Amino acid sequence: MHLKYESQLREPLVNGDKNYHQVTEDICRPIEVRPTKLWYIGFFISVALLLFGVYSVYREVTYGIGQWNLNRTVGWGWDITNFVWWIGIGHAGTLISAILLLFRQGWRTGVNRAAEAMTIFAVICAGQFPLWHMGRVWMAFFVFPYPNTRGPLWINFNSPLLWDVFAISTYFTVSLLFWYTGLLPDFGTIRDRAKTKLRKKLYGIVSFGWSGSTKHWQRHESLALVLAGLSTPLVLSVHTIVSFDFATSVVPGWHTTIFPPYFVAGAIFSGFAMVQSLMVILRKVFNLQDYITLGHIEAMNKVIVLTGSIVGCAYLTELFMGWYSQNKYEQYAFFYTRANLFSPYGWSYWGMMTCNVISPQIFWFRKLRRNLYVTFFMSVVVNIGMWFERFVIIVTSLFRDYLPSSWPVYYSPTIFEMGFYLGSFGLFFTCFFLFAKYFPVIAIAEIKHVLKTSGENYKEKVGDIEKEPVEEFAHQYAH
Amino acid sequence: MANKNFVVGCFDDEAVLFPAVKKVRMAGYKIHDVYTPYAVHGLDHALGLRETSLHTAGFIYGITGTATALGGIGWILSWDWPLNFGGKPHFALPAWIPITFELTVLFASIGMVLTFCYLCQMAPFVKKHQFHSRATDDAFVMVVEPTPKTNLEDLKAFLSANGATEIEVQEAEAGWWLGTYDKQQKLVRDKGIEVA
Repeated sequence: MHLKYESQLREPLVNGDKNYHQVTEDICRPIEVRPTKLWYIGFFISVALLLFGVYSVYREVTYGIGQWNLNRTVGWGWDITNFVWWIGIGHAGTLISAILLLFRQGWRTGVNRAAEAMTIFAVICAGQFPLWHMGRVWMAFFVFPYPNTRGPLWINFNSPLLWDVFAISTYFTVSLLFWYTGLLPDFGTIRDRAKTKLRKKLYGIVSFGWSGSTKHWQRHESLALVLAGLSTPLVLSVHTIVSFDFATSVVPGWHTTIFPPYFVAGAIFSGFAMVQSLMVILRKVFNLQDYITLGHIEAMNKVIVLTGSIVGCAYLTELFMGWYSQNKYEQYAFFYTRANLFSPYGWSYWGMMTCNVISPQIFWFRKLRRNLYVTFFMSVVVNIGMWFERFVIIVTSLFRDYLPSSWPVYYSPTIFEMGFYLGSFGLFFTCFFLFAKYFPVIAIAEIKHVLKTSGENYKEKVGDIEKEPVEEFAHQYAH
Repeated sequence: MANKNFVVGCFDDEAVLFPAVKKVRMAGYKIHDVYTPYAVHGLDHALGLRETSLHTAGFIYGITGTATALGGIGWILSWDWPLNFGGKPHFALPAWIPITFELTVLFASIGMVLTFCYLCQMAPFVKKHQFHSRATDDAFVMVVEPTPKTNLEDLKAFLSANGATEIEVQEAEAGWWLGTYDKQQKLVRDKGIEVA
């Protein structure tokens, strides 16, 4: 009896001859064996990067923001570029886990767990940048509204920078809750398989005593659905609010109403690229090719070509509006500093155009969408391009102020500015390596849920059913 | 609550489980619960469970968040310490919408997750009686709660006839929320049974 019917023509989501127990075995195995040499090498490289980041931040806190090359007009340099970049990467995880759940896209089950983990780590990395940019970081709690002895002088709720505080912290909390509630049943599975006492104890604690009761599952499903419904507008709001940081200011190149949709599309674009980079490696290292299939990779590449094209349209619209506005400052920002290859930062604009708009168009070809080497290469290219986008927006608009007397020297980062960025990579990958070792990287229970409708060996059985007349089929399967 | 006997039947396939659930209920036995490795859609209806109202709770929490945000910001910016931001109105509703939205989502999510944990009696360090260790792997475990008059052998034979593979009688604490407190608020620890 199939509770849900799915056509044989759809590509199976789980390859190979699997049953429920094998699904458990395949996904729990990496957690239960010693990590490979490759894992240790990767982990220690990440920790080394993280330590360099810690040292860079230590310099910045001890000696002040002067450790960075920010200057009179370029007050937001690499730091805020990296912040927006990491936040954007986080968006793909929520899109996969929430929006695709609402759209009933079965393929999300293979990748949602790792993508949500990526979201959480990316948001943690993103949060570091505005935090340490404050300079006097020990005053960071001033951003929260609480009755204080300074008046009480409250924070400015009308400021987009404060909206950001609320948006990012809400986004982090909700993503974490969504991710963790999804993990509970899988922690239960690992707990019940545990061979050692310590493992049983630890996974017992984190599984909150999950038993698999029908009533619990019913509530769990309801919770997942509502959290998905809440996360969907939330994820759109987060990058919208990040774009308000720019769009509400009167700076040429920032002051546009196209920013919210353009930022959200860009965020999903870069996020999917990061998911691809991680998945291509993850499926190989942990031998999960049956669960993260070429079909999954292809589906994500389709999202990349779609969102990349939306971003491309946004770039062209911006240029058009720059010309159409007949505003001298806008035209200067768009046609003199950005689209002009020979201006001081022209290279970054054309780097962005090449990486984000032109190169993803190769994914119109099915062969290339299903090629792992091309996918991995493109995922790196797209992330470089999206980093350039934020750099273009921030630096090219800031480095020439309205007053030519405040035009500064050429802005380029110091080693510690770069070190902070490298350190965020260290933080991200350290977290991801630990996640991959101790957490089920694929949602076990969700895979089991789709196994009998979308698994390869079950699909074969559907072949006979499809030959039946419709009336007979409906009589048997409709409910 | 005192400990009771339960008859535990293990099923290997949901296709066998559904007709069995129906027949066991038709025969007048009380199904205590069914433990499954994943969310089997429709099983709650088959067991006759009522719909969860967790989403209603979520709505109430969300509204609380909206009210907190609007009330809080309104009070702060237009009453407690009205600041002049470039001559703009003190009651600047459009500018408060982003934070109002964020707090609505935040309150709804945190509230719902806490309610979920409360209703399911789930928390770190909570241990529950587990009827079968494969219930989180590949077994669909039906637990039937017999009355004092029930003939256990009959019930076991009935489960077996309906496709259960492993059948056994276990002693466990009765009641919907297993393994925490009894009526006199005394912690029950059943030592005889392996708990995880």
